[in-house]
Amino acid sequence: MAAPPNPWFSLQYLQRNWHEVVDQLLVHTTVTLEAVAIALVIAFPLAILARRIPRLARPILGVSGVLYTVPSFALFALLAPYTGIGRTTVLIGLVMYALLVLVRNILVGLQGVDADVVDAARGLGYSPMELLLRVEVPNALPSIVAGLRLATVSTVALVTVGVVVGYGGLGQLMFRGLQSNYRAQIATSSLLCLLLALVLDLIIVAAARWAMPWRRGAVA
Amino acid sequence: MASGGGGMSIVGDGYAYLTTWENWAGARGIFGSNPDGSLRFNRDSIIALTLEHLWMSFAAVGIAALIALPLGIYLGHVRRGASITVAISNVSRAMPTLALLTLFAASAIGFGNRAVIIAAAIFAFPPILQNAFTGMAGVDPDIRDAALGQGMTRFQIATRVELPLAVPLIAAGLRTSAVQTVATVPLAALVAGGGLGVIINTGLATQRFGEVVAGGVLVAALSLGIDLALGRLQRSVTPVPLRALAAAA
Repeated sequence: MAAPPNPWFSLQYLQRNWHEVVDQLLVHTTVTLEAVAIALVIAFPLAILARRIPRLARPILGVSGVLYTVPSFALFALLAPYTGIGRTTVLIGLVMYALLVLVRNILVGLQGVDADVVDAARGLGYSPMELLLRVEVPNALPSIVAGLRLATVSTVALVTVGVVVGYGGLGQLMFRGLQSNYRAQIATSSLLCLLLALVLDLIIVAAARWAMPWRRGAVA
Repeated sequence: MASGGGGMSIVGDGYAYLTTWENWAGARGIFGSNPDGSLRFNRDSIIALTLEHLWMSFAAVGIAALIALPLGIYLGHVRRGASITVAISNVSRAMPTLALLTLFAASAIGFGNRAVIIAAAIFAFPPILQNAFTGMAGVDPDIRDAALGQGMTRFQIATRVELPLAVPLIAAGLRTSAVQTVATVPLAALVAGGGLGVIINTGLATQRFGEVVAGGVLVAALSLGIDLALGRLQRSVTPVPLRALAAAA
């Protein structure tokens, strides 16, 4: 018996499974954005703390470095018995991985701010809060944006490992496509993953260009 | 779901699993043989799964290094292709491991360790290439000029001047790549491959969460151990005057 055709790309697949594909794409997008947003909110105070109290910089970077070495597959597995199967577990894991990248980049950015600029701002009578928000953070923005891009792109890829706990977004489609030997499903969801990473990356680059008009000539 | 057992008993089960010798040695020993007579790692033995895990990682990094090292060293020496090496590492970052694994497993390569090793090798490639390139291309132009002025040929400059100076970064690239590969290989269990991911996957499938936790601990411990060991190795191949430089990179 001749094997039925099993193409890698088929419009028929998209037509028949449009809703499911869109649903998983939305899940993938929202869980990525949520994870990066939470990680950003946690990373800022940690990085500022490490900047203000240099003695804390080593332990903060050390602990997040160890966490980063733990494979995502193992981390989801370790969390699953406690946080259950599904979104929460995946979200916690993703936040942990994004956190290291963000803390490190924010800290490097803050440390790289020209000491003369900080002195000048102090001399002008800036309060510590003003100094942080209006001098240090804007100067550290290129490094922060680089960290944000890295964290976002790797989070998009990492979501797929969520299949381990049944919440992998597009990874769910890849895995089921493999189980049912449906090549179009695997190829379509893989391509969408790459596209999502590309689109989110471009959005961040565009936002960074808008936020940093003084750097528009430079390479991001 | 875990609600029946509660947190403590899961940890207790995991501890019991890890402290039972039979789970390490396997019911039928560490090695078995396939129907075609080739050697096989028995999947009920932690020792066998660890060895299989290390073997798969070694194969993947080895294949990647075989291509990436000469290529990166050459491109770095002639200082060309910087944008290509950056582009490769960017795309590989956006590409989910699971995507490549499932694509390969569904292709002519088929399920099992071969698909995993090829996928892992592709992900092991960019850090080695990038670091070899940066290490070679980043050598101070004054040093190159001095070597040229002494009458060294281009090949001598590459092998006797640039390469020794690039060793710390090349070693760092190999370490990054190896640690990342050891962390990627557990996904093999999803495409019927071997390695320590099997324990996690089997535990999830049979709802024995103690084993899931035990598998997670084993994978994490192996990754951290490899990172630590290769960190020492990296340090030992880095000449003392270059150590501060390598730590900053």
